[in-house]
Amino acid sequence: MKTLLKLFSLVVIIFMISCNQGREAKNENATTIADASSVSSGQENVQDSDSQKDVVKVAMASKDHTTLVAALKQAELLTSLSNAGPFTVFAPTNEAFDKLPKGTVEGLMKDDKKEDLQNILQYHVFMSALTSASFKDGQTLGMVNGDNVTVNVKDGKTVLNNSATIIASIPASNGMIYVIDGVLLPPQKK
Amino acid sequence: MKKIFLPVLSFIVFVLLSITGCKPKNAGDATGSDAASRVYVPPGKYDELYNFVSGGFSGQVSVYGIPSGRLLRVMPVFSVDPESGYGFSEETKPMLNTSHGQVPWGDQHHLELSQTNGEIDGRWLFANENNTPRIARIDLKTFRTAEIIEIPNSAGNHSSPFITENTEYVVAGTRFSVPMDDQNGDVPIDTYKKNFKGTISFISVDQKDGDMKLAFQLLLPGMDFDLSHSGKGPSSGWFFFSCYNSEQAHTLLEVNASKRDKDYILAVNWKKAEEYIKAGKGRKQTVKYAHNVLNESTHTATSTMETQTTILDVKDFPDIVYMIPCPKSPHGCDVDPTGQYIVGSGKLAALIPVFSFDKIQKAIAAKEFDGDYGGIPVIKYEAALHGEVKKPGLGPLHTEFDGKGNAYTTFFISSEIVKWSLNDLKVIDRHPTYYSPGHLMIPGGDTKNPYGKYLIAYNKITKDRYLPTGPELAQSAQLFDISGEKMKLLADYPSIGEPHYAQAAPASLISKNSTKIFKIEENQNAFVTMGEPKSKVVRNGNRVDVYMTMIRSHFSPDNIEGVKLGDDVYFHLTNLEQDWDVPHGFAVKGANTSELLVMPGDTQTLKWVPEVAGIYPFYCTDFCSALHQEMQGYLRVSPKGSNVPLSFSLGKNSDATDSLLTK
Repeated sequence: MKTLLKLFSLVVIIFMISCNQGREAKNENATTIADASSVSSGQENVQDSDSQKDVVKVAMASKDHTTLVAALKQAELLTSLSNAGPFTVFAPTNEAFDKLPKGTVEGLMKDDKKEDLQNILQYHVFMSALTSASFKDGQTLGMVNGDNVTVNVKDGKTVLNNSATIIASIPASNGMIYVIDGVLLPPQKK
Repeated sequence: MKKIFLPVLSFIVFVLLSITGCKPKNAGDATGSDAASRVYVPPGKYDELYNFVSGGFSGQVSVYGIPSGRLLRVMPVFSVDPESGYGFSEETKPMLNTSHGQVPWGDQHHLELSQTNGEIDGRWLFANENNTPRIARIDLKTFRTAEIIEIPNSAGNHSSPFITENTEYVVAGTRFSVPMDDQNGDVPIDTYKKNFKGTISFISVDQKDGDMKLAFQLLLPGMDFDLSHSGKGPSSGWFFFSCYNSEQAHTLLEVNASKRDKDYILAVNWKKAEEYIKAGKGRKQTVKYAHNVLNESTHTATSTMETQTTILDVKDFPDIVYMIPCPKSPHGCDVDPTGQYIVGSGKLAALIPVFSFDKIQKAIAAKEFDGDYGGIPVIKYEAALHGEVKKPGLGPLHTEFDGKGNAYTTFFISSEIVKWSLNDLKVIDRHPTYYSPGHLMIPGGDTKNPYGKYLIAYNKITKDRYLPTGPELAQSAQLFDISGEKMKLLADYPSIGEPHYAQAAPASLISKNSTKIFKIEENQNAFVTMGEPKSKVVRNGNRVDVYMTMIRSHFSPDNIEGVKLGDDVYFHLTNLEQDWDVPHGFAVKGANTSELLVMPGDTQTLKWVPEVAGIYPFYCTDFCSALHQEMQGYLRVSPKGSNVPLSFSLGKNSDATDSLLTK
């Protein structure tokens, strides 16, 4: 009970502080053109529990994709992936990220590596929602970052760049998610 | 109980605080801030700009005032409008005639204001129709659709109606390649590569009266032509088109038309093509297309079925057309105000290529080609390239210019507008839109002289932006101030239909020419009634012509008898008013067509076929005066073969009523 009371007072205090900050900010802006977008945010924040989940919401609900979701947030890609798409997202599991050399993920999560992280994550997204049946052996997919991924289909297994195997598929409202067991690394730039 | 109560209470307080407590911070309504004052136009004051917005699937064009975002009018263009009678009245029916018969709907995507020397001149507005390929010309004196021309050998008239610098031509490129109209079209779809062709049409515009004429068509390999813009200044005489599906896919294009790394921008030397046409090099082809013109003095449209077009097959004239590789399904194809730079926006590309007109010319002169595509020389990418905007955002679609060396591009996927410099191709600023913009528009942003103060983004998705209205939501326009280094969002407002491209111009260019009334003495309509004494009802076999006038606040005649079942009744309504903003409406009970709105000095005709004998009231639908509610009448319909004589009158009451009135 006491904890709840504490929580309650904390909530009140937080709001009092944020209100004050708001007023100050407003005064500062009084002489300049206020940007009317100050209270707007991207489509990932649209409140909607009736529609089918989009690729972002599906990933967020998966306990196996916490690293991917954290990376998408850091790379500011949630707005894009909440959009109409249609997307094919190759979603490496936490285990897949763990297979990378130690410190790789931590390094990419730093602010000065944001572009590299964006490049890698965009290498996991293809425009158009591909069905499982549309993967063909030897097929090349032009990914959102501008590089290509090679598809191999053998013995019922679909493998990307000879390094990541599709282990599950999840339909989402704005595309298809294919869970993969490896992280796809874009070709080194010359 | 308490255990549940406290969390609930704290949640309620939480919600209340977030709703009311932080009101000043959440004043995203921008009330009291400069953003609000920037878009506030006091009652009775005029907006700074006219903004013409395409209606997409509504088929119409809407007119807004900027910066207020006030809707001024929706102009019927390609869709019938039962509200005014457009497409229903005998005078306007021919406007929607096509080689496929009367088409009551259109898909209106792009607009272009007429230009003189590369600047907006305020004469006409051109509008395209995708589905049944057509181009309309709207007269900006009357804001009426003055002309519609159908395009043969075309399907999905998308890269249209962009114009040359002096409105010499309006262009129309096919989205769908199809078998040509004079060929047998009954072919297997998988013979696309062999039988399907693309065309780009040049429609000439008469500089005096605006009359459009299909001048010539370029025959091109089958693919999808998307958007286009005219060259200007140094690139005068050239036109640039984006094209995709160079894979020539005819199924599942979302995958099959995205296979190649590059599609093309097509550079067309239309001056050269014009020379070949003048020299008689074109091939005449028999086709069928409607050309519909509204006559200003008769207020009546006529539709003529044209039967010939002139074709230039570009593979026989290799110096008319060149292709420039452009990454990943280019959509927007935009030329900067200097006419030097051509921006292609590959909707699946991770960069924006900017091509240089000078380099294109040098590459052509030095024959720096990389093979050909269907007989058309392909210029080496690097040879034409000014440079690339690297990693600008996701899903680039369209670019406009502010005339100060900056370009602004919409990004659909990353839902933003990105401002970048044409000089060093560096990103200067980015601003989210809510949500997912398609086109954007800077007033004059595709001319030599942009009015670089505002930018409007047209968003495809609004989701939670306005109070919900069920599954179907309006799309939105978002107005930005671009006078400074950083873009500032000023306001947003819902729009009519689905806006694609738009145009805007300083109000003074257009407002000064606006017609207030049509002069009744100049009305040459075949069924005009020049004054109340001339109103009459005439029977000719089973055709009954009602010459009816409208003036505050009665129709003449307002009592009609002797109409019989089997008759075709034509109500010819002439509005005798010569006073600004006094239209009258006409509606008759049970009419399964529309009403009529008749402007002062205008005549419009509604055909009506009664199906049941009885009394049919008619009345004025447009509140015209203090006695508007008195503006009404009766028409009696008798059975076939009845001997009720034809009669009509105004102000002739029954003897009983008259004796009451004189008491």
